[in-house]
Amino acid sequence: MLKLKNVQTFYGNIQALKSVTIEIAEGEIVTLIGANGAGKTTTLMAVCGVVPPRSGEISFMGDPITGMEPDKIVSLGICQVPEGRRIFPYLSVAENLDMGAFLRNDKMEIKKDIEYVFDLFPILAERRHQAGGTLSGGEQQMLAISRALMAKPRLLLLDEPSLGLAPLIIKKIFEIIGKINAENNTTIFLVEQNANLALKVAARGYVIENGRITLTDSSKNLLANEEVKKAYLGL
Amino acid sequence: MDYFLELFLGGLTRGSIYALIALGYTMVYGIIELINFAHGEIYMIGAFTALIVISVLTLMGMNGIAMLVIAGVVAVMYSSAYGYTVEKIAYKPLRNAPRLSALISAIGMSLFLQNYVLLAQTSDFLPFPNLIPDFEFMEPYAHIIGSTEIVILITTAIVMILLTILIKFTRIGKAMRATSQDKTMAMLVGINVNRVISVTFIVGSATAAIGGVLIASHVGMINFYVGFIAGIKAFVAAVLGGIGSVPGAVLGSFVLGWTESFATGYVSSDYEDVFAFLFLVLILIFRPAGILGRSEKNKV
Repeated sequence: MLKLKNVQTFYGNIQALKSVTIEIAEGEIVTLIGANGAGKTTTLMAVCGVVPPRSGEISFMGDPITGMEPDKIVSLGICQVPEGRRIFPYLSVAENLDMGAFLRNDKMEIKKDIEYVFDLFPILAERRHQAGGTLSGGEQQMLAISRALMAKPRLLLLDEPSLGLAPLIIKKIFEIIGKINAENNTTIFLVEQNANLALKVAARGYVIENGRITLTDSSKNLLANEEVKKAYLGL
Repeated sequence: MDYFLELFLGGLTRGSIYALIALGYTMVYGIIELINFAHGEIYMIGAFTALIVISVLTLMGMNGIAMLVIAGVVAVMYSSAYGYTVEKIAYKPLRNAPRLSALISAIGMSLFLQNYVLLAQTSDFLPFPNLIPDFEFMEPYAHIIGSTEIVILITTAIVMILLTILIKFTRIGKAMRATSQDKTMAMLVGINVNRVISVTFIVGSATAAIGGVLIASHVGMINFYVGFIAGIKAFVAAVLGGIGSVPGAVLGSFVLGWTESFATGYVSSDYEDVFAFLFLVLILIFRPAGILGRSEKNKV
């Protein structure tokens, strides 16, 4: 479904991704783990067209999307829940969800989908008229995921959904991630620092170090891998 | 009491014109955090375009308010095209450069446009005909408010209402609000941010052109420099109200208009600017973000 081949990106003169090759099949949950600054967020931003690759190729459903404008990429069905959630702070919860459906015109279906995400996260229904910036961190994460779902993504990119949240809320959010994948057959590409958690929900994983993919295997094998254990699982 | 009312309405008229220009400053700042110093020149170009159209139409034997409307429409189209082009040439290539670079580019664009009009037209003041006839039903109040001022107030009110509808209820308006709050996230929900920025420049230039035509017809003369003075005042009004906030720009403009009007009326016209800027300093001491400016509300 999604293929990255030898992707390289730069911020000015600084090279962020040196060689990233990733392949994700439809319906999978795949994770990308790595330390701070390894290039996890940049990889997702490259897929979305926000940081276009300088060399390498990205394709989605077999068609090249390298160098496309971000809004075109979103219209193909690639949606991101970015790091730090990026809720529109002065828009209400309902308006934030509305923005998620920006490219859609099917009003009736949008209404149904709002009901669906309110079902997933009932707290959002309670707070629907509140400004996004006044929500707690956990609520904002729920809103960010819901906003992405409003676009009816075929591929959902999640950037550190566990960042800065209490363990109980993290558990709930990861349950929902599994549920989204199981119920809608949405392909999920999950970026996490919390490798333990990510490898439990994902079937396969990639390890990124200094802008390079250094390892890829099934989650089971990665969890058992001595180096992964030492570097990312704290064992 | 009549005198007070006259000053009050005079201030309101001034404020309306400032508001029409300040909207462009505040909307552009809200979206790309740039003070568009060339904005005053867009207003000046609007006034010049209208003058040229009026001269041509007069030769063709037309007159009166219909001519002003046609001139206004042409001025709006012309200024919007200028605003759009200025953004594409001078700001878009610098989108990811340090903010100071774009600011210098804006100042450069302002000086370029001033001198371009100076060379293409003249450095002298040109008379601008007053095309708004005196309304008969206003006869008893003519000493308080003139017909031109009434037209300015009504036009401004209509523009404000249309703009509010645009920002609050249309698709592009929603995209503008989202882009002003988080540009990257706006891209990630599928908004074409470049288009939003272009539309912002076009809308801001259009309102400035309307202001330019109205004030030229009110004052009765223009030259290449009028955009700079009016631009600085409108910029002050936008900062006063809280730059980036649309209602703030309107409120700031009225506050500035009244300050100037009352200072002129009760003290002396020499002190007009002194009071205006004194007021700015005072407001910024007590409310650094401006009257309606907001402080960071986003949780990290």
